[in-house]
Amino acid sequence: MDFAGAYTPDNLKFLVDGFLVTLKVAVISIILSFIIGGILGIIRYAKVPLLSKIVAVIVETIRNLPLILIIFFVYFGLQDPSRGWSLNMSVTTAAIMALTIFESAMISEIIRSGLNSVPKGHIEAARSSGLNYIQTLIHIILPQALRNMVPPIVSQFISLLKDTSLAVIIALPELTHNGQIIYAQNGNYIYPILILVALMYFVVNYGLSLVARTLEIKRA
Amino acid sequence: MDFSILAENMDMYLEGFLKTIQISLLALVGSFFLGAVIAVMRIAPFKPLNWIGTAYVEFVRNIPLLIIAFLFYYGAKMPGFAAGSLALTIYTAAFIAEAIRAGILSIHKGQMEAARSSGLTYGQAMRMIVLPQAIKVVIPPLGNQFINLVKNSSILAVIAGGELMYQADLISLHTFVVFDVYIFVAIFYLVITIPLSLGVGYLEKHLAKSS
Repeated sequence: MDFAGAYTPDNLKFLVDGFLVTLKVAVISIILSFIIGGILGIIRYAKVPLLSKIVAVIVETIRNLPLILIIFFVYFGLQDPSRGWSLNMSVTTAAIMALTIFESAMISEIIRSGLNSVPKGHIEAARSSGLNYIQTLIHIILPQALRNMVPPIVSQFISLLKDTSLAVIIALPELTHNGQIIYAQNGNYIYPILILVALMYFVVNYGLSLVARTLEIKRA
Repeated sequence: MDFSILAENMDMYLEGFLKTIQISLLALVGSFFLGAVIAVMRIAPFKPLNWIGTAYVEFVRNIPLLIIAFLFYYGAKMPGFAAGSLALTIYTAAFIAEAIRAGILSIHKGQMEAARSSGLTYGQAMRMIVLPQAIKVVIPPLGNQFINLVKNSSILAVIAGGELMYQADLISLHTFVVFDVYIFVAIFYLVITIPLSLGVGYLEKHLAKSS
C-alpha cells in the first residue's frame, strides 16, 4: 500500500473531477426523475381508467429490474448496430437517461404513498366546501403530501448518488471510474484509492442522511 | 424479438439464472445473520457495542456496493463470485440490521421488562419474548431486501461473477446482438422479482391486518 504515491495532487484532482461528474449526473437525474415520477405518481394516485393501470405495469417492471441492466440497455441496446440503430448518445446522456428511467419509477411510488398519506377526511371536506378535484389536489392534498415526501426523497437521492457508480460499465468518467483508472496504473494504489473514494461518497451521503433525519424529526 | 437468440444460448442464460438465484440466497442467509448480530449490537445495553453497530450501518449504507465489491476483487484479489457474495452480504446486512432493529423497537418495552422481572436474562428475554414478536414486523422489509439483493447481484457482471448479467455480456459479445439479448435477461430477472414483490405486497397487507 502506497498512500503517499497514490495521493498526489494530480490524482486527487482527477478524483475530484470525477466526483463533480457524479454530482452533476445525480442532480440532473433527480430533478428529471422528480418531474416524471411526480406525473406518474399522480396518475396512479388519481386512478385514471386504463392509464393508471398502464403506468402501474411500467413502474412495477422498471422497479423490479437491476439498474445496471437499464444502463446497459439504454447505452448499448438503444444504439444496437445489429439493428442499424445509432443515436450517437454520449455516455453522460445515456447515464442520465438510465438513472432517470429507474429513479422516476422509484420516486413515483414515494409520491403515490405521500399522496395516500393525506387523510381522506381532508379531501372530502375540501370537496364539500366547493373545491373541484384539481383544486383539492393543488391546495389541499399536495402541500400536505409534499411535506411527507421530503425525507424519503432525500434517501432516494442518496441511493441515486451511490448508483451513479454503476455507470462505470459504460465508462462514464465519474468518481468510481476515475479511481479505477488511477489504481490500474499501480497495484499499490488499490487500497488507498478505494478507501478515499469510499470516504468521498460517505461524507456526502452521510451529510444528506443527517439532513433527512433532521427533517423527519421536525415533521414528527 | 429474435427467439433464436434465447434458444441457442439457453444453457448460458440458465447458468447465469441459477448463479443469480444461488448468490442471492447465499447472500440473504449471510446478511440475515450478520444483520441480526448488528441489530442486537445496536440496541444492547452496552454503549461500545452500540457504537460499533451504528458505525457499521452508517458507513456501509452510505457507500456504493460496487466499491465494497472492488475492495475484495481488486484489493484482496478474490475470485469474482466470492468477492461479489461477500460484498453483497456485507452491504445488505446493514439494511437488514436496520429492518430488524426497527422491528425490535416496535415491540412494547413492557414485554422486555416483564420478561426480565420474571427472571429471564437479557439474552433469553430477547430470544424467547421479543424476537418472535418482532419477526412479524420484520418479514415484509426483509422481503424487500431480498428483491434488492437479486437486483444488486447484477453488479457481479462488473467483476466477472458469472451470473445472469455477466452471461448476457458474453452472449452479446459472441452474437453481436445487444437489444434482444438484454430483453431476455430482463425477463429472467422479472421472473424472480415480480413474484417476490407481489408476495411482499401481500404479506404487508396481511400482516398489517392481523396486528
